Amino acid sequence: MAEEIETKLKNYRTAPFDARFPNQNQTRNCWSNYLDYHRCQKALEEKGVDTAPCDWYKRVYKSICPMSWVQKWDDQRDEGIFPGKI
Amino acid sequence: MAHPSQLGFQDAASPVMEELLHFHDHALMIVFMISTLVLYIIIAMVTTDLTNKYILDSQEIEVIWTVLPGLILILIALPSLRILYLMDEINDPHLTIKAMGHQWYWSYEYTDYEELGFDSYMIPTQDLSPGQFRLLETDHRMVVPSESPVRVLVSAEDVLHSWAVPALGVKMDAVPGRLNQTAFVASRSGVYYGQCSEICGANHSFMPIVVEAVPLEHFENWSSLMLEDA
Repeated sequence: MAEEIETKLKNYRTAPFDARFPNQNQTRNCWSNYLDYHRCQKALEEKGVDTAPCDWYKRVYKSICPMSWVQKWDDQRDEGIFPGKI
Repeated sequence: MAHPSQLGFQDAASPVMEELLHFHDHALMIVFMISTLVLYIIIAMVTTDLTNKYILDSQEIEVIWTVLPGLILILIALPSLRILYLMDEINDPHLTIKAMGHQWYWSYEYTDYEELGFDSYMIPTQDLSPGQFRLLETDHRMVVPSESPVRVLVSAEDVLHSWAVPALGVKMDAVPGRLNQTAFVASRSGVYYGQCSEICGANHSFMPIVVEAVPLEHFENWSSLMLEDA
């Protein structure tokens, strides 16, 4: 399982087609992956398990999300005013 | 790029644009033929001294001028729908670039591997070098590898803009808070120009887009250089 993820990450080129977001509007794609990464981090850290599987979500949101949005959300998380549920 | 007294489209630099160009030729040919026929009929009607007072109806011609336009419409619709679905195909991009519209410049972000971002301002007319194009050149170009599917995610940081490059057959609105996806393949290396296509304030006409398609290794060299400079 871990090897599969490692291979996927090693061969990563860019965010692949996601059938959940097949159309023009990719806003939700960016938002979902950002949330999924931080939820994954939080969940695996609480369990004390290696958080490497979460890196997939990180690569995808880094590819898709504008840097200014990521910056804004990171700042909001630091201040405790992030609107999403992590 | 566009040239003075140009009538048609710019030369296509992507497969989709090629299709659109050929479809436009096809549809325009039909339009010319119909217009010529109508013009001929009008002139024929207007330039005769003969008058016909006795025709009331004719089943044959009614059938013809119902069925024929129907067939012509199908002849236009089929290629049109083919291209529509072609443009909607699921593509597997090699690269994702974000194009963010600002008042009044574009910024490009290449974040698949490192975080490369830069602004792209129009070169003012007084700063142009000989041979450069007025109102079209920018200080930094959006460089892409040729023959690679590229995904562009277009958004805006302030007001509505629109990211358009006619030679690639691409236009996508830049809406604040929304991420609009488009994609293209640059069939050949070259420099392709576009302009902001949604009114966005005083300098709407002065925030052009320049896409430079280069072979992959040149793209890799360029991105390393850009990262060093950043």
